[in-house]
Amino acid sequence: MIEVLYFAWVRERIGLPRERIESQAKTVAELVEELRSREERYAAAFADTTALRVALDQELASFDAPLAGVREVAFFPPMTGG
Amino acid sequence: MGVVVQSAAFDLAAEIAEFSGRVLGAGAVVTFTGVVRPEGGLTGMEIEHYPGMTERAIARIVDEAVRRWSLEDALVIHRYGPLKPGEAIMMVATAARHRGDAFAAAEFLMDYLKSRAPFWKKESRDGGATWVAAKDEDEAALKRW
Repeated sequence: MIEVLYFAWVRERIGLPRERIESQAKTVAELVEELRSREERYAAAFADTTALRVALDQELASFDAPLAGVREVAFFPPMTGG
Repeated sequence: MGVVVQSAAFDLAAEIAEFSGRVLGAGAVVTFTGVVRPEGGLTGMEIEHYPGMTERAIARIVDEAVRRWSLEDALVIHRYGPLKPGEAIMMVATAARHRGDAFAAAEFLMDYLKSRAPFWKKESRDGGATWVAAKDEDEAALKRW
């Protein structure tokens, strides 16, 4: 099981802040493919991954990063702090 | 070094006084405050963040500043939740023996907080609310470091 978190407009588009999912994905990109194929709201949220960032266990990562041993995956738009 | 992430407003004068009091050996204290810009009919702002990652990401940025410049101390306070135009969003303070280090470190902290700390701003106006898009120049600003 993997904990998947969504923030900002990704959270709004999908309609929930987090969920636990069963996944066979070996990389972030494979997880994105699984999520996209679930429902239209996921497909909409993940339509353009260049507009998204991903963090694995609270560290920024790339979409080709492996998921082995990862407990928490977060998807969000580019950050706007400061 | 201090990192504070909170929804409550902070007392800027009190924070600066306390920070300055802690670093009496420093010849230079630089502070920066980010404020919700009261323009374009803005009625409010909501800041979302990623609890846990936020604190870690900011601490890492502060560590990097300490590694690069000769700092006596550094402080970052960043708010989340609902804010009104004119309210302070965040502040950074740096203390060093000389102002060059204090200014450079403060700018570095600001540049990295903009695009490497997991905050997202949503602006409200009469017509509705919209997420603030990250700017290309904010990403480009990191290249100078």
